Amino acid sequence: MFGKAQNILATMTLLALASLMVGCGETAPELKLETAKAKTEHCVEPDDVMRRNHMDFIKHQRDETVHNGIRTSKYSFKACINCHIPAEKDGKPVNYLTDDHKLNPEHFCATCHAYVGVQLDCFECHSDNPAGAAPADANHGGTAHE
Amino acid sequence: MSSNSKVSYSEVKNNGIGFYGLLGIFGLFLLAGVVAFFTMEHNGHHISGMDNQIVWGLPHIFAIFLIVAASGALNIGSIGTVFGKKAYQPLGRLSGLLAISLLVGGLLILLLDLGRIDHVIMMIKGFHLNFKSIFAWNMILYGGFIALVGLYLWAMMDRSKTAKKLYKPIGISAFTWRLILTTGTGSIFGFLVARQFYDAAIMAPLFIVLSFSVGMAIFIMVLMSAYKWTNRELGDFVLNKLRYVLAVFILGVLLLEVTRQLTNIYATEHHGVEAFILKGGNIYSTLFWYGFILIGTVIPVFLIFCKKLKNNRMALYLAAALTTIGGFCLVYVIVIGGQAYPLVLFPNAEVTSVYADGVINSYSPSKWEVMLGLFGVALTLAMVTVGVKALKFMPVSLADSVVDPHS
Amino acid sequence: MSKNNIDAYRRKFLVGTGVAAAAVTVAPGLLLRQAQAKPADEAVTDKVRWGMLIDIDNLPNGGQGVVDACKKEHGWGNETHSNDKQKTHWVRTVKVTEKLTKHSFQLPVMCQHCETAPCADVCPTGASFKRADGIVLVDKHICIGCRYCMMACPYKARSLVHEAIYDQKPDSPRGKGTVESCTMCVHRVDEGKQPACVESSGGAIVFGDLNDENSEISKVLKEKGGKQIRADLGLNTGVRYQGI
Ligand code: SF4
Repeated sequence: MFGKAQNILATMTLLALASLMVGCGETAPELKLETAKAKTEHCVEPDDVMRRNHMDFIKHQRDETVHNGIRTSKYSFKACINCHIPAEKDGKPVNYLTDDHKLNPEHFCATCHAYVGVQLDCFECHSDNPAGAAPADANHGGTAHE
Repeated sequence: MSSNSKVSYSEVKNNGIGFYGLLGIFGLFLLAGVVAFFTMEHNGHHISGMDNQIVWGLPHIFAIFLIVAASGALNIGSIGTVFGKKAYQPLGRLSGLLAISLLVGGLLILLLDLGRIDHVIMMIKGFHLNFKSIFAWNMILYGGFIALVGLYLWAMMDRSKTAKKLYKPIGISAFTWRLILTTGTGSIFGFLVARQFYDAAIMAPLFIVLSFSVGMAIFIMVLMSAYKWTNRELGDFVLNKLRYVLAVFILGVLLLEVTRQLTNIYATEHHGVEAFILKGGNIYSTLFWYGFILIGTVIPVFLIFCKKLKNNRMALYLAAALTTIGGFCLVYVIVIGGQAYPLVLFPNAEVTSVYADGVINSYSPSKWEVMLGLFGVALTLAMVTVGVKALKFMPVSLADSVVDPHS
Repeated sequence: MSKNNIDAYRRKFLVGTGVAAAAVTVAPGLLLRQAQAKPADEAVTDKVRWGMLIDIDNLPNGGQGVVDACKKEHGWGNETHSNDKQKTHWVRTVKVTEKLTKHSFQLPVMCQHCETAPCADVCPTGASFKRADGIVLVDKHICIGCRYCMMACPYKARSLVHEAIYDQKPDSPRGKGTVESCTMCVHRVDEGKQPACVESSGGAIVFGDLNDENSEISKVLKEKGGKQIRADLGLNTGVRYQGI
């Protein structure tokens, strides 16, 4: 009974998302993966696993954190950001979107998501940089730095 | 269908400018609604007239109104099927079509007004439904309503034996379902303990009678317009039946609304909000007394019962239109008036803050909200128009000789 | 999962015996801290119910400091396009003057973290929910922005975000089209810290476990009492007041 409604919804949302993407993703920005690459050896899982499954890890952790207060750092979204996004570049924070609302090639998430053409909405709510957080330590072992 | 063997149905054959012009007008409103949706989706709700004090605005009024009318529109069919009144049976198909269209129109407004419409898909996929929530139940009720009325239409329109056998049981289920549905819609407000104007179980029955009257009124207007524009014959027999039923429903709403206000007045804690709505000298008291009571109740009842106006088509059409307007005013007063009156944090005390505590909130809808609301109305009417063109919803003739069993 | 439960059980047990043994010798303040620490991998339980007791007579400046501390911690109210009635407010100060006596006082009002939270009851998706330890939250990942919870809240504690938000605090995700309210600084509480407003209050707000009769908040409440706003609604709020 939801089938039809779901289709209508899906179409509408696609339209909505498409409209939002107008102007932001026409050309994939050039990949700048140095920072990101430098971190891969320290990442919580091998990169092929991460590349394929990071969204599931984050999503699972998200429910655990929001509903059960589990704040281990291994798959924590904040930990991803703290590690993969530099605290600042040229004295400015590195944002997901540039000032003119294009995907920022300097931003780890943006650069890859632009490349594969997948829209993500994490940063509509979440901070896209380690703003004010303690400097990221690449070491994910043991204690929580949250 | 078994009952009125004399009645035959056909699609609307009109192909002229009239038909496409009508669709074109609806199309314009639909387009405007889509524009409003994308604009609001892109900018956020700050471009609307709604805020954190008046959190539900014009879109919700339109939506609730259409949804309530939807279950009422089905009534005409139900009278024929459930209560076996033969005279109403030829109207059953159109009443089902109108019911579905009204519901879809109302629901889409609600949907398009959401802050995060994209999360609805996740909600359906992940089956995040909170069964304590009346809202969640309503989604199931609305889905079921569309499905059941769809079946009901099939049972009326299909020639097979199964369809004939199922006609009555399905009709009864659809009727029961719609009563529950309107109870659900009324309960959206009935369970809000925080708001002085809403917290009452009588909200549910009030919404049921309101659905009877506005559903009937809208049906009358649609029926008369459709028969006029397609040059089909519509006799006084049918119209007079509808006329008196409408009057009964209008008086029913009046009775329940008066009861509700009186019980509210009886409870000391509600004195403030009652005085505010009934004699506040504000838009809500105006809408209540002039909109609902005068225009929506007294005048239509007069138009219906005035002896001189018997069989007067204009009078009936006008009565239906005014009833619709009156019902809309009542929903406006309930939705906005109930929010405009400030929450009572401390009884018997004045409260002030930088955030509108203790002040009467005002609301003026932006053009986007108006566009969204009219989108739903246009969608409803467009669905009916396309429906009667595509399938056999309308009896070829509703002349007295066809429908009146005594003629 | 089951291993976790056993671990949790063991930890509880040890803490329990430890408390019993230590109660004789150690100062209560120390006990409090011990009971609050929750390992990061452990789910919250309903053994704990977090609450706040606000003594408005000792709160400087009518509670304005609470508002500022909350803003600083969570970053709300920074909207640029929304008008005053559309802007978000997680906490506000309300001035109350009794009509008859003209007695007047001012208090900070935020989410009262009700035991039977009306917002959680009405929310169609379950995005509004009460955590096992009594903190009422919005899971913005599944909030559809219908605002039914705002209609249901007796305290006007919730706000819809009316525009796109940038530069959020890492611990306080906020975004357009979803509803938000006081989180009792859940990110700090999970680390064993106190909510930002409590820290800023110079001792006028006590935060602690209402289920633990040895916690400071429970002791003060038992001795001096604490009122609820709209107690008549029977919501059994987690936020209590003295001096109202
Ligand atoms: S606005 Fe969000 S949190 Fe509130 S009732 Fe709707 S879905 Fe639930």
